[in-house]
Amino acid sequence: MDSKAMQYVRKLGPLIGLIILFIIISVMNDSFLEFSNLRNLLRQVSINAIIAFGMTFVILTGGIDLSVGSILALSSAFMAQLIVTGTNPELAILIAAGAGLVLGAINGLVITYGRVAPFIATLATMTIYRGATLVFTDGNPISGLTQDPLFHAFGQGDIANIPIPAITMFLAFIILWFILSRTSLGRKTYAVGGSEKVSYIAGIKIDRVKVFAYALTGMLAAIAGAIITSRLNSAQPTAGTGYELDAIAAVVLGGTSLAGGRGHIVGTLIGALIIGTLNNGLNILDVSSFYQQVVKGIVILLAVLADRKKA
Amino acid sequence: MKKLLSFLAMAILVIGLVAGCGKSADSGDQKSGTIGFSVSTQNNPFFVSLKNGIEEQAKALGLKVKIVDAQNDPAKQANDISDLLESGVSVLIINPVDSAAISTSVEMANGKNIPVITVDRSADKGTVVAHIASDNVKGGEMAAQLIVDKVGNAAKVGELEGIPGASATRERGQGFHNVADQALTVVSKQSADFDRTKGLNVATNMLQANPDMQAIFAHNDEMALGAIQAAKSAGKDIFIVGFDGTADAEKAVQDGTLAATIAQQPELMGKIAMDTAKKVIGGETVEANIPVDLKVVTK
Repeated sequence: MDSKAMQYVRKLGPLIGLIILFIIISVMNDSFLEFSNLRNLLRQVSINAIIAFGMTFVILTGGIDLSVGSILALSSAFMAQLIVTGTNPELAILIAAGAGLVLGAINGLVITYGRVAPFIATLATMTIYRGATLVFTDGNPISGLTQDPLFHAFGQGDIANIPIPAITMFLAFIILWFILSRTSLGRKTYAVGGSEKVSYIAGIKIDRVKVFAYALTGMLAAIAGAIITSRLNSAQPTAGTGYELDAIAAVVLGGTSLAGGRGHIVGTLIGALIIGTLNNGLNILDVSSFYQQVVKGIVILLAVLADRKKA
Repeated sequence: MKKLLSFLAMAILVIGLVAGCGKSADSGDQKSGTIGFSVSTQNNPFFVSLKNGIEEQAKALGLKVKIVDAQNDPAKQANDISDLLESGVSVLIINPVDSAAISTSVEMANGKNIPVITVDRSADKGTVVAHIASDNVKGGEMAAQLIVDKVGNAAKVGELEGIPGASATRERGQGFHNVADQALTVVSKQSADFDRTKGLNVATNMLQANPDMQAIFAHNDEMALGAIQAAKSAGKDIFIVGFDGTADAEKAVQDGTLAATIAQQPELMGKIAMDTAKKVIGGETVEANIPVDLKVVTK
């Protein structure tokens, strides 16, 4: 059973799943495959995908990051406040990305130097960052940001009919794919998740690899937050609640092992597309929101069951 | 290979089954006269009743309605609404999660010439053909009238106001004073920010300063429930009237601790939204602001 061809088919599993989803939904409703809906779909997928790319690095090192939704909210609130007080909006996006990087790096430092399990460390920072957001915003949304067209375009605009959030997503994908598959940092990320002991003996600076993964994830969460803020033209204190679970689901659907060391970012992109397609398709098919959650859960479960024999 | 195939087969089955549970069987006529409804959450009984009102009235009118649930996430609501617009609805009913964040979605619908109706919460920007919400002014009048009827003319009343400047505070207060300024004696009026703990503290101070106070009108149930505690610890029997008709308040009315609550009617709100949507589809002009009646809940 474990012939080379078989392994190949298994690797393609998520992609086959996505294609089948596309076929089913488009057969049931013809507006699904319309170009305008595919654009709409890409715009919706981009936020979860960008967060999930970072989550892939973290999970490859054998960790987890529950704080992404809170980092998204805190950096968005910070960015919105900067804009409201007169900072150039494009500069504010960069500063927010930097803030996300710092918040993520704090996760990494607590986990490595503090020797706290990633689940616990990021559970704590998830609560702290969310609380900080509520303190910072006094629980109110920050709205009426700016009329700056470039800032609006970041979440709402298109270039050559392709949504800018989707372009941001593809750019991030290409850069991160390159880091993961073509650089020593990428190889070290796999090595650390595969076996910390062996990595240590091989002279890899494990802590640095881990801090990089969490800092990267924080920065990507902040970029996703900037897209949401631009799209809604306001920063919500409750933004991003539960987004960590969608990101983890995308990574797992893409075939990356939660144990670390095995998987790839290509799968994560497909995983995010599967979740986005389910959200969009089930809405278009007018499936009750209660059933939608059941279906999403079942699809994740099926993907993991199908993946089980890989290890 | 077997495993993979069985996984795929199961996936198809599940999606097929669940999609079958939806109302997509007759997707052929979806572009004509379908109404899209984006609800803020289904985790709160108020909005479940709102959705039920919409669904039942759609059935009664023979209209098709697509319902999406934002789960209190404004970003998900933006996605939901673009999905509805893609699937070709002819009217959009929105119950916004947040008045500021919904504006870009309303403007998007405006760009596609799809009429928008907002329910319960309004949109800060964008063009809306109708906004449907409780008639807070009339509710305030009803509360004052109830106190006149039950406690008596010129009764000494305290007023617990909501967050200063909020529309509910302004309208409920205005309605209350329409009647109270002639028929009652308002001895004290202070803000307690719609909050139960603040309601307790402010009402305690009021009762301390005005020992002969006979009734309290609170702009929402939370503050009224706080005022009940204040009256209890002051050892006084005060006629307290709340506003909203929350489950806690209706229970307090049954227990006899709360005299009355002016209840909102989310189901009726949904019904009226659907009626309005039908008029919009038929090309009739509709009122920009449609108030929904409230009802007095007493024991």
